[in-house]
Amino acid sequence: MLPLNATIEKIIEESPFIRTFVFDHRFEEMEPGQFVMVWVRGVDEVPMGLSRKNSITVQNVGEATAKLFELKEGDSFGLRGPLGKGFSSPAAGENILVIAGGVGAAPLAPYAEAASAAGAKVHTILGARSGGDLLFEERFAAAGALDITTDDGSKGTKGFVTDVLKKLDVSSYDNIAVCGPEVMMGFIFKILQENEVLDKSEFSLHRYFKCGIGVCGACCIDRSGLRVCKDGPVFSGVQLVDSELGKYARDASGRRVKI
Amino acid sequence: MYTLTGLELKNPTILAAGVLGTTGASLCRVAREGGAGAVVTKSIGPEPKYGHPNPSMVQLDCGFLNAMGLPNPSYAEFVQELEIAKKDSGVPVIASIFGGNSEEFAEVAQGLLPGRPDAFELNLSCPHAEGYGAAIGSNPCLVETVTAAVKEVTDLPVWVKLTPNVADITAIGKAAQAGGADAVVAINTVKGMAIDIESGYPVLGNRSGGLSGAAVKPVAVKCVYDLYAALEIPVVGVGGVSSWEDAVEMMMAGAAAVQVGSAVYNRTDVFSEISSGIETFLQRKGYSDVRDFIGLAHEAI
Ligand SMILES: Cc1cc2nc3c(=O)[nH]c(=O)nc-3n(C[C@H](O)[C@H](O)[C@H](O)COP(=O)(O)OP(=O)(O)OC[C@H]3O[C@@H](n4cnc5c(N)ncnc54)[C@H](O)[C@@H]3O)c2cc1C
Ligand SMILES: Cc1cc2nc3c(=O)[nH]c(=O)nc-3n(C[C@H](O)[C@H](O)[C@H](O)COP(=O)(O)O)c2cc1C
Ligand code: FES
Repeated sequence: MLPLNATIEKIIEESPFIRTFVFDHRFEEMEPGQFVMVWVRGVDEVPMGLSRKNSITVQNVGEATAKLFELKEGDSFGLRGPLGKGFSSPAAGENILVIAGGVGAAPLAPYAEAASAAGAKVHTILGARSGGDLLFEERFAAAGALDITTDDGSKGTKGFVTDVLKKLDVSSYDNIAVCGPEVMMGFIFKILQENEVLDKSEFSLHRYFKCGIGVCGACCIDRSGLRVCKDGPVFSGVQLVDSELGKYARDASGRRVKI
Repeated sequence: MYTLTGLELKNPTILAAGVLGTTGASLCRVAREGGAGAVVTKSIGPEPKYGHPNPSMVQLDCGFLNAMGLPNPSYAEFVQELEIAKKDSGVPVIASIFGGNSEEFAEVAQGLLPGRPDAFELNLSCPHAEGYGAAIGSNPCLVETVTAAVKEVTDLPVWVKLTPNVADITAIGKAAQAGGADAVVAINTVKGMAIDIESGYPVLGNRSGGLSGAAVKPVAVKCVYDLYAALEIPVVGVGGVSSWEDAVEMMMAGAAAVQVGSAVYNRTDVFSEISSGIETFLQRKGYSDVRDFIGLAHEAI
């Protein structure tokens, strides 16, 4: 599909470096965890998880995202999507654990809401650097129980999401959904592997995307060769055993870069 | 088993260059789960290249447009991926290479030899990388020199991949043959462009690029047909193949084997599907071998 034209209806300042862009198109068929390729015309096209059927939530980290931050309500960008495979659909009565770090909360907020709406019991561990950086605190709180961690202790438990995770009985959950910085996901993977619950866990990965539609091969992970843009970005923990997760990624040329 | 320039292929479907070929693990997956009879790597050059800005590939109603810009990690870095592909894919691995001149082509080929590729495919045909690919591949003299330069540094089979964006593709094919090519591969993408009418911006980051998929199949069939008639060396057919019917058609035009690129979009096991379709077709028609119908269209007068 060619990029569709999306006009920005509302810009929400979530934190100093994170903004939500609500646009005039609704991806009604979207599964939480799916992403769109956001085309900032004349600059670049970058992947962003859908934070609602009609929004993306962006952290300003470089060229394309900085350009997005210059846009005003009424401006537009191109969108291709929804793409990839999202989180598996939660069922009524299930016990769901959501672990979100930083802007990783973007694709997990609609997941937590969908789980709660389906009648599942949702427990979220939400982490950020400091209280002001916490993303979608109200949305997670409305979906179920919420534990907060901050690196500097300005809100919730001082420390990392893993500090809370280690105290939980992870075997009591039917699904554990994870998205956040790769180092965090690497540690969580180890904990869940030690507890033998990888088959009940899902991780949303990020890798450098070029085509975004499963053809070019830029985003393939070792050793499975699975494509993050098409076979993922959400993978079962089982698919990630012996993988590069937490060890290395690849840059736009395909060179390995240590995490 | 099919023998092509000395390579043993378990079936005549080959992964095309630049598609799912950036890592060793990905090449292995296409071979093992996808059922490809051989795999071609991403085109590898002398230095790391990030490629063009995104969008680098979009789907159209009739096919795909791409302008990747030859992103690659350089031969020095790619050797480890080639080793993985050689160790675990279980099929011949053809290294696609590019350079700005004969010396660079020879340097890249030599640099990849420690990874033990089964053959080289020279990318003389990428339509959207300044100074590379088609910039060389539309000039018969340069095609012959580059082919000869690579033949000079290796005893492995050398395939030359041709661009359809020339007035007479057979002149280029003959130049490759004169340079010592063991086979030609046709076609690379056809120059193309798409414009976003909401903004007037060309959609691709590189503004224009190359068309692939269903839209280019008739172009590829004609190029393969002409090359088969003009050359002594085998022709590998590529462009818009996504079913066994497409593969048979390409072979009837004269292709000794087919490569499949864009069609992995729908399913990575398209190779198994095509090769089993060909087997069924052979039985239904009472052919003993694909050789019975390679080039058949030339006799049907
Ligand atoms: C499936 C997926 C979902 C994502 N969801 C979100 C989200 O909801 N919110 C959010 O803020 N960020 C998200 N990201 C990350 C986001 O794509 C990058 O932050 C963005 O591309 C940075 O672009 P830039 O030009 O501003 O930065 P650059 O200056 O180009 O680079 C900064 C970093 O961004 C990464 N990056 C740049 N281009 C790409 C690309 N084409 N593909 C992947 N990574 C790239 C680079 O690896 C680099 O580490 C997601 C990434 C993926 C793969
Ligand atoms: C995303 C993409 C990347 C490609 N990269 C290369 C490349 O690096 N080298 C090359 O020789 N051909 C490259 N090609 C061209 C293909 O190998 C093939 O010749 C062309 O796409 C036609 O086949 P298809 O219709 O089956 O895709 C690329 C094609 C696509 C779609
Ligand atoms: S980005 Fe091209 S295959 Fe994933």
